[in-house]
Amino acid sequence: MTLEFQSVSKKVFEETHIAPTSLKLEPEVFNILLGPTLSGKTSLMRLMAGLDKPSTGKIFFEGVDVTKLPVQKRNVAMVYQQFINFPNMSVFDNIASPLRVQGLPETEIKMKVGKVSELLKLTTFLLQRRPAELSGGQQQRTALARALVKEAELVLLDEPLVNLDYKLREELREELPHLFSDTGATVVYATTEPMEALLLGGFTATLREGEVTQFGPTHQVFKNPLDLETAKGFSDPPLNTMQVEKNGKSFLLENQGKWDVAQYASVPEGTYTIGFRPHHLQLHATDENNLKLSGEVLVTEISGSESFIHLKSGNNRWVLHAHGIHNLQPGTNVEMCLSSSNCFLFDSEGNRVTDI
Amino acid sequence: MVHTMAEISLQNISHSYQRLPNGSADYALRNVDLTCRKGGAYALLGPSGCGKTTILNIVSGLLMPTDGKVLFDGEDVTTHPPDQRNIAQVFQFPVVYDTMSVHDNLAFPLRNRNMDHLQIEERVKDVAEMLELTDSLHKKASGLTADGKQKISLGRGLVRPDVNVMMFDEPLTVIDPHLKWELRSKLKQLHRRFDFTMIYVTHDQTEALTFADEVAVMYEGEVVQVGTPDELFERPTHTFVGHFIGSPGMNLLPCTLVDGYPLFSGNRIQLPSPLPPVEPDQRLEIGIRPEFIKLDPEGFFVNVNRVDDVGRYRIIKAECGGSLLNVYVPEGVAIPSENVRVSFDPEHTQVYCEGWLHERKEAA
Repeated sequence: MTLEFQSVSKKVFEETHIAPTSLKLEPEVFNILLGPTLSGKTSLMRLMAGLDKPSTGKIFFEGVDVTKLPVQKRNVAMVYQQFINFPNMSVFDNIASPLRVQGLPETEIKMKVGKVSELLKLTTFLLQRRPAELSGGQQQRTALARALVKEAELVLLDEPLVNLDYKLREELREELPHLFSDTGATVVYATTEPMEALLLGGFTATLREGEVTQFGPTHQVFKNPLDLETAKGFSDPPLNTMQVEKNGKSFLLENQGKWDVAQYASVPEGTYTIGFRPHHLQLHATDENNLKLSGEVLVTEISGSESFIHLKSGNNRWVLHAHGIHNLQPGTNVEMCLSSSNCFLFDSEGNRVTDI
Repeated sequence: MVHTMAEISLQNISHSYQRLPNGSADYALRNVDLTCRKGGAYALLGPSGCGKTTILNIVSGLLMPTDGKVLFDGEDVTTHPPDQRNIAQVFQFPVVYDTMSVHDNLAFPLRNRNMDHLQIEERVKDVAEMLELTDSLHKKASGLTADGKQKISLGRGLVRPDVNVMMFDEPLTVIDPHLKWELRSKLKQLHRRFDFTMIYVTHDQTEALTFADEVAVMYEGEVVQVGTPDELFERPTHTFVGHFIGSPGMNLLPCTLVDGYPLFSGNRIQLPSPLPPVEPDQRLEIGIRPEFIKLDPEGFFVNVNRVDDVGRYRIIKAECGGSLLNVYVPEGVAIPSENVRVSFDPEHTQVYCEGWLHERKEAA
């Protein structure tokens, strides 16, 4: 199903929750809303579901204006962060509930519930139990099964994995795109975690303070952010940045170094920001074109296979993410390098400067 | 600032929530031995229900263990109530007095102890500086964001001069990813400066491994392995640890042993030295992390089911002889379009017998 927002905004009293937004979701795939807490993910989903009415603008399902259509009349399923099930019903009845509302015959209900419970690994034994007797992972599987069995055209998943253990999250995250891929449903998935967006793939809209900053195929948005806010929002560990001055043909760095890149030779003089991801900052120089940087170690975090070295370089605080174990002590001075091709250049407005 | 921290030792602790436990299944904790040396940073890592929080409650004195002893600096405190143990705790959700200012929140535990006014001011000022809260000292706590409130919870522990151990129960759950990095490194920096004894409970491996000097991995009420982050990563003693740590976790592939070397799907796997034989009916598996499998034209053939691109690296989801395996491919390394062959790094190839590491015989 296609879903389109035309200049949709939402104000609650004087407070803007969603700035005027135009967005056309990609049908039949995962559409990820990525942004920090209070960036408008849930507000957007409530507008999609019809739980809230927009203050301005129009919403279209398959080209039909549904702006005024209430939630019951839209074919939508939603799964929340908290595990929400009917506590007094068995798991089977929980999953069957939307089908009973539709008035389907029992034999068909049995068949459909059987099919989705198998997909979600809810065994016959678990189907007879009450939700409270299940683990968190199984409770959320029940809620997902109910969303799946309804065969809704639009499925809204609002941080559904956040209350689960790390490993369970990993498992369900891997299953989710496949569960919905055969149903033809358009899925919207909200998350605060850049890694989760990358693992789920599909399309991503990055959000910040009620605004969609960019929308496109997930990996394209990650590899090619068009502004500083998107690059920052879609980076974990956080994006490293430094201010530079364009003077003549070169950029002057804070440490008096020079950065010459043919690609940017003709951009106007002025102040710019270079952004680069922590894993692109390297401890050992590899080729001539690299940008040389130095810094002082603040603290090193080691995860067993990777090192996160927090550094201070002039007024900047950076993280260097290296493969392998590099136990650098606080106070150590390190020389680092960075390849120009891994740098994003932003102007003083925060817009990305590409080739000129 | 002076802190008196203690060594915390758990000796053969078992705990059941039932009054008359009957058999080991009734126990939430079984025979836990764990020593947290003075000034060390420890993490308890495991899935929900593995007993992590039960241990915290036993250390803090909220629970009295069914069996075993709790020692603080060698002194048996098993029967001491919480208020005699001098523990600071930070919970999943920030606990602050919303109507008080940040300053009064930090001063509160010291006022309760009737500390001298000037001394209180000095300590509050120091702690606020450490946590970068100086500018918000006179703001109401209710106006702060989740990470600011969590800093206050931490500060209320730091400000006390009498704390034996600081305990953290999933303290970053409600914090956004960007701020998690900031708070975590702050905590690590503070630990390096002041050497508190710290115990940190989490199900998140990245948090546990980056925070702690030593991590205790728990599973169903037992401590399976205690080790440094790189020990747990490179040499898990049990397949559960291999699976739980790493993302994706360790590949586990059924094998047999022929002349001391594992045979997997018809391929002889290289090891630094041969392994001793096992009983014929024992279950054997190779444990190899995705990071230690390399694309190698000289290696053995695998079927590629799918490639997941995570931006910084890719994971090949492959199949060989009916077993699934994940292969880590760093940025910049090309994946051949057909005839994908891999090899295992012998130094990092482990063999497990009935789930436990099958050790090489050390030369005498």
